[in-house]
Amino acid sequence: MMNIMEFMQLATHVGLHHFLLFSAILFAIGLFGLLTKKGLIPILMCVELMLNAVNINLVAFNHYMPVPDYSGQLMAIFSVAVAASEIAVGVALAFRIYRDYGTVNVDELKEMKG
Amino acid sequence: MDAILGQVHEVVAWAFALANEYDVSSLIEAGVFFLFAGLALLFACGVIFLRNVVHSALSLTATFICVACLYLSIGADFMGAVQILVYGGAVAVLIVMAIMLTRRDDMAHSNPSRGLLQHVAAAVVAGLFLLGMAAVAVLSPFQSAPLPLGDAAPGLADLMLTHYVLPFEVAAVLLLIAMIGAIVLAKGADER
Repeated sequence: MMNIMEFMQLATHVGLHHFLLFSAILFAIGLFGLLTKKGLIPILMCVELMLNAVNINLVAFNHYMPVPDYSGQLMAIFSVAVAASEIAVGVALAFRIYRDYGTVNVDELKEMKG
Repeated sequence: MDAILGQVHEVVAWAFALANEYDVSSLIEAGVFFLFAGLALLFACGVIFLRNVVHSALSLTATFICVACLYLSIGADFMGAVQILVYGGAVAVLIVMAIMLTRRDDMAHSNPSRGLLQHVAAAVVAGLFLLGMAAVAVLSPFQSAPLPLGDAAPGLADLMLTHYVLPFEVAAVLLLIAMIGAIVLAKGADER
């Protein structure tokens, strides 16, 4: 009983570990989707989930570690900019693939398969 | 029966002791964190397991907004605003537009998954990754020294326009290149 109470006390005191665990789970969900999805658009969505998990890590480190300024949040903002470019190019690529091949199923796109 | 009652009493006493020990703001912080983290994970699972890809996109937007609320809860107000604007706005609209442009006949089964074998393999890979990351996260001796909450925008602006001005310009160029690349890819360079 004591152990459970100690664990609960630890669990209800939100700290860096909570955010790290949360972002690890979010990243793992994104990874699972990335490996199991067939469509191009759902794969892009899963990549966005994984990028979000990374941003959470950056912001949480910036808040909970003893750093004097907002460098971590700035890194997260740059990461958002990169993610925005990635999704724009990815959507254009998906549209082009759909127009050229008539499908967005990655299993049917095997022109370069050996 | 008495043992169970004793346990219940112990839990109640612990709850009161907890309420006395912590200030209420800490408990509220924990409640907000678990609420939005749980919702975000639930919606993230929805992205993967929903059959209709439009529902997946809606679920993804909900995940982004829950993550934005988490940012707000640890004092990253500017980051939360950016998250809602860029992810909840622009990325969500882009993805819905991509779904519309690559539409197929049967929307109810538009989010296909691979077979059972690939599911198991993906679960093993993701589970191993999760185990490793969780071990690192739990076992590392981080000392939590939270910054006082404040508006982050002035500090961010100072950093962005002084020390990080070169990455800032590079990010601007990257966005321009991505825009031109997206237009060329979607329109086709060989067409007039």
